Amino acid sequence: MELKRDPRAPMIPERDRDKRPALECVGLGIDFGGLTAVDDFNITIAPTEICGLIGPNGAGKTTIFNLLTKVYRPTRGSIYLDGKDTKSMNTTQANRAGLARTFQNIRLFKELSVLDNVLVGLHNEMDYRVAGALFRLPGYWRAERIAKGRAKELLSIFGMEGMAYHKAGSLPYGSQRRLEIVRALATNPAVLLLDEPAAGMNPAETDDLMHNIKKIQETFQIAIVLIEHDMQLVMGICEGVAVLNYGRLIAKGTPAEIQSNPKVIEAYLGTGGGGDDAAS
Amino acid sequence: MKQRFTIPMPARYGINIGLLVLFLIVGNLIVGGNLLPRAHSNNVIQVGFFIILAVSLNLSTGYLGQLPLGHAGFMAVGAYAGAIFWRSGLLPSEASLVVGLLLAGVVAAIFGVLIGIPALRLKGDYLAIITLGFGEIIRVLINNLPAITGGAQGLLGIPRYSTFLVVYICVILTCGAIHMLMKSRHGRAILSIRENEIAAESCGIKTTYYKVLAFAASAFFAGVAGALFAGNLGILVPGDFDFMASINILMIVVLGGMGSMAGSVIAAAILTSLPVVMQPLAQYRMIIYALLLILVMIFKPSGLLGTYDFSLSRVIERLVRRITAGRIKEKGAK
Repeated sequence: MELKRDPRAPMIPERDRDKRPALECVGLGIDFGGLTAVDDFNITIAPTEICGLIGPNGAGKTTIFNLLTKVYRPTRGSIYLDGKDTKSMNTTQANRAGLARTFQNIRLFKELSVLDNVLVGLHNEMDYRVAGALFRLPGYWRAERIAKGRAKELLSIFGMEGMAYHKAGSLPYGSQRRLEIVRALATNPAVLLLDEPAAGMNPAETDDLMHNIKKIQETFQIAIVLIEHDMQLVMGICEGVAVLNYGRLIAKGTPAEIQSNPKVIEAYLGTGGGGDDAAS
Repeated sequence: MKQRFTIPMPARYGINIGLLVLFLIVGNLIVGGNLLPRAHSNNVIQVGFFIILAVSLNLSTGYLGQLPLGHAGFMAVGAYAGAIFWRSGLLPSEASLVVGLLLAGVVAAIFGVLIGIPALRLKGDYLAIITLGFGEIIRVLINNLPAITGGAQGLLGIPRYSTFLVVYICVILTCGAIHMLMKSRHGRAILSIRENEIAAESCGIKTTYYKVLAFAASAFFAGVAGALFAGNLGILVPGDFDFMASINILMIVVLGGMGSMAGSVIAAAILTSLPVVMQPLAQYRMIIYALLLILVMIFKPSGLLGTYDFSLSRVIERLVRRITAGRIKEKGAK
């Protein structure tokens, strides 16, 4: 189908103007019983855009990630990945179609080594079958060697190649978050979803992370959507920002526009003075 | 970075093959040389198929992270499939042996897939109950099909193919195959499901496929062990495959350490030998078992070896490293 981009979408960076969006949500919504967690969510993510998704706690940000990656089935609306409808896909297929994510509550393979975590991410990049593994056919050695090299290369983005043989669960919190990003990158995504990547990091680490996210976007030429509460990070690297409140999109725009948007200020800080409210 | 001493891949295989041949020679001497009383030398063979049972169950409990309670069911299917084929005498004995073992494994694996597809949609206790039910159904079926299985009276006159050599080769092939599987992308996929299923799916792992694969492989080897069991005793009775048999195998895995193949092997050897060695205390067997289990659960809940897996090459590497490190220190002191 022909996808029309929202002409008012101010978020699309100049370099992506004439390209098909990497990810598009149309009227996305989900109800949990009688509760509408997300409603009428529309967004267009350009192929190399860094987009921020912000909003107060419980606004439905993580729910949207879960909808995109098919952990939840949407009640309404559609999700298009590079123009393809993802309606019939499950989480595994969504990943293969180019969607990788990290989790707010870190979900590493804790008992496996750092290297093995990344190698699980590279699973579908290798092609040998069970017989190839059982009989150690040449294809096995080739694929494993290439994958190992690639894994170490990816780990070096965050300078983690020295930890390759540590148990993932034994890493410090910040490194676990970084490892999750590396594992997600290993699946060769077109769109990378980061759920609070800077949570639990100190300002210096956050600053470091910010540069690395930028570097990832430049090196891999992929779209990155990030949920984050650290406004410095969001305003620092996001080209577009979407603001969510009570499951609804209340504003979209460049960081500068968002910062001066009265609706956003209201959502975060509430309306000024209860007395004035009652009077008006 | 300093170059660490590592043994290259071909040499590692050489070391392992050397170790296996050594075990074979020692084992053959013990069993064939009549160094032990007959009961004990038969026990060595029994240790063999209990190793296969434990290592295969470890695949679905330790590595995949599920809790099936019907392992004896797969063993029964394999035992009867192998025994019936062997009794038919369709092939000359050597070929019959190999085909019978494979047939036993394949039939058990088919049952594994059939049970696995619905059962693996459930988790934890529910999976345990379904597989427990399956194990009982198999036993009842065998009991009530006397025309094929000999029913409660048992299946007699099974050729006794399970010599030490045969069992030993099967043990090596089983451990080897599971090791090769686990040290590959498929094995990592199985482990990732145990660690975190949602994260595994988000990494593009086909979780249902790998669950069924691990379950079927586990059933396959249980089937082979069943056939070896049949070929050792020469007679099969449905009572051999009751719920307690499944629990016994699970106990070996838990004691050895879920997720450790070396642990399964060692625990299988200990738990299978104990009753024979302690013949005078035979009636206290279950008490000793239970005490052992309680003690391990208190002092080492992850099992004897936890998830540690033994590698002779790694031990040699460590030794060499320690020796060379000592030398460097000496030089530094001078």
